[in-house]
Amino acid sequence: MAVTKESRLIKTKILDKRIFVYLILIPICIFMMLPFFWMLITSLKTMAEVFNVPMIIFSPNMGLFNYRDVIDKGVWIRLWNTFLISFSATVLKLFFCSLGGYGFAKFRFPGRNILFSVLIASMIVPFAVTLVPLYIMMVKFHWVDTILPLVIPGAASAFGIFFMRQYIRCIPDELLDAARIDGCSEFAIYGRVVLPVVTPGLISLGLIFFMQSWNDFLFPLVILKSPEKQTLPVMIATLTGLAGTNMFTLQMAVSVISITPLIIIFLIFQRRFTAGITFGAVKG
Amino acid sequence: MTTSTRVLTRMKRRWGEIKKKRWAYMFISPFYILFAIFSVYPIIFSIYLSFTKWKGMGPKVFVGLANYRRLFGDPIFWQSIRNGVIIFFLYVPIMTLLALVLAVILNAKFVRFFRVFRTMLFIPYVTTMIAVGYVFRIMMNTNYGLFNMVLISIGISPVPWLDNVWWARVSISLLIIWAWLGYNMVIMLAGLQTIPQDLVEAATIDGANPVQAFFRITVPLMRPIILFSVILSTIGSFGLFNEVYALTTVGDVPGGPMYATITPLVYIYQQAFRNYNFSYASAVSCVYFVIIFVLTLLQLRYFGRED
Repeated sequence: MAVTKESRLIKTKILDKRIFVYLILIPICIFMMLPFFWMLITSLKTMAEVFNVPMIIFSPNMGLFNYRDVIDKGVWIRLWNTFLISFSATVLKLFFCSLGGYGFAKFRFPGRNILFSVLIASMIVPFAVTLVPLYIMMVKFHWVDTILPLVIPGAASAFGIFFMRQYIRCIPDELLDAARIDGCSEFAIYGRVVLPVVTPGLISLGLIFFMQSWNDFLFPLVILKSPEKQTLPVMIATLTGLAGTNMFTLQMAVSVISITPLIIIFLIFQRRFTAGITFGAVKG
Repeated sequence: MTTSTRVLTRMKRRWGEIKKKRWAYMFISPFYILFAIFSVYPIIFSIYLSFTKWKGMGPKVFVGLANYRRLFGDPIFWQSIRNGVIIFFLYVPIMTLLALVLAVILNAKFVRFFRVFRTMLFIPYVTTMIAVGYVFRIMMNTNYGLFNMVLISIGISPVPWLDNVWWARVSISLLIIWAWLGYNMVIMLAGLQTIPQDLVEAATIDGANPVQAFFRITVPLMRPIILFSVILSTIGSFGLFNEVYALTTVGDVPGGPMYATITPLVYIYQQAFRNYNFSYASAVSCVYFVIIFVLTLLQLRYFGRED
């Protein structure tokens, strides 16, 4: 008798808690999803419908006309540019970061601690400080309007080296020594032993790099001058009509094209992605 | 053996050691080469440039401290620093608390669709900020935007989201919270999984209600991770750019209305790439670097003392 009463009490308590929890969760999640919904429906409307009062949420005239317009304005070449920059930057960064991470994780050498402190300290230099002089350098190198400034300067990320070091430290030394006894050169050990073992870490880090590069805006904005060299974020920001007014519906169409690939990649690799984010934060 | 030969043999031995470890130096060298060329040299060049007058063309004229004298009397620069601080206080406490609460909720075993909720909260982090910034701009329009339509329909008077000095800062903060809440939540979720669950349970059995358990046990144990996210946000709020560019560009000038949302980075961009005043922009960069440097040192000191 008493037992059933108690268990019923616990049950109602948990039910109360549940309702309370969903009352917090559901509104926040709706707020999180709302911009995506609004982006999508705005990309299907005309400008007049966007400005209309009272508000039009769905209209019978909705169609893909904005997408046709941005295709005429060359959205595909921008998509390709964005992909090319993100892909090259990611591959190069992963190579240098895993190499550097291996160097710091598995070798003891004179000056290691000082060099590692420099690496960590370099992370606090904000991009705002190097933006202007770096741009002037790029002009002198004749790198303006090429993808090089968006790939080369950041190719050895301090965060990435730190990240890979933590990962590579977990490889047992015996594994590397065995390869050494077999006569592998240090570079061969890196390529044949270290890289295969840390592939999950490389995927996590690669996803973070790819996303950062894909969404990058300020440096591409100042570097990529000619329209056909632009990336998608730069295209979104520079789609302006006469007198500098924003062409919202076209911007939304490009926005949808810009965010969709990343969301698909994220949904496929969600576990690796969050593993990367938390590995960097909780260990750091 | 004389001292000089002893020094020589020691140097030889050290050189031998370095030679033996040449692989390690080769592996880590890319970072230091790129760091020297693309960070150290630019910073030095920037310091040099800040003592000249140069508009991107022609000879650089040495002007001494003129740029710095102008900077210290420049109300817009100080406004940008103040904005960084104000925006920090507008979003960091709310975002951190909300992220922690959400993490605790999603960490409870009885929540169904855990993965769906986590995905929905985290997706904003991977989306292009510039794209989302413009959606918020459409939704926050005073006359036809969704936010005000919703407010009017429930009987609240409309809000000048982007047209008023304080509301514009609130709007920027809302956008930042939208974008970064899930990221912070995921980090805190990982942190929560490292603290023993029976501690909270024991407190609950001892008669603590969930709110007490949250503030007395969860928050103190999560201190290092909370501090990590706060430190990241500090530097983040001075370096805001995309959010401001998309949301509060008035006419052609980012950072409006009335410089209410201009940040140091936006101001540097403005001076360098709109006014072509590269030397003045360099002076702003240098002072900004000193401020960030001191701020980070202070935080690290505070952070380091606690752990």
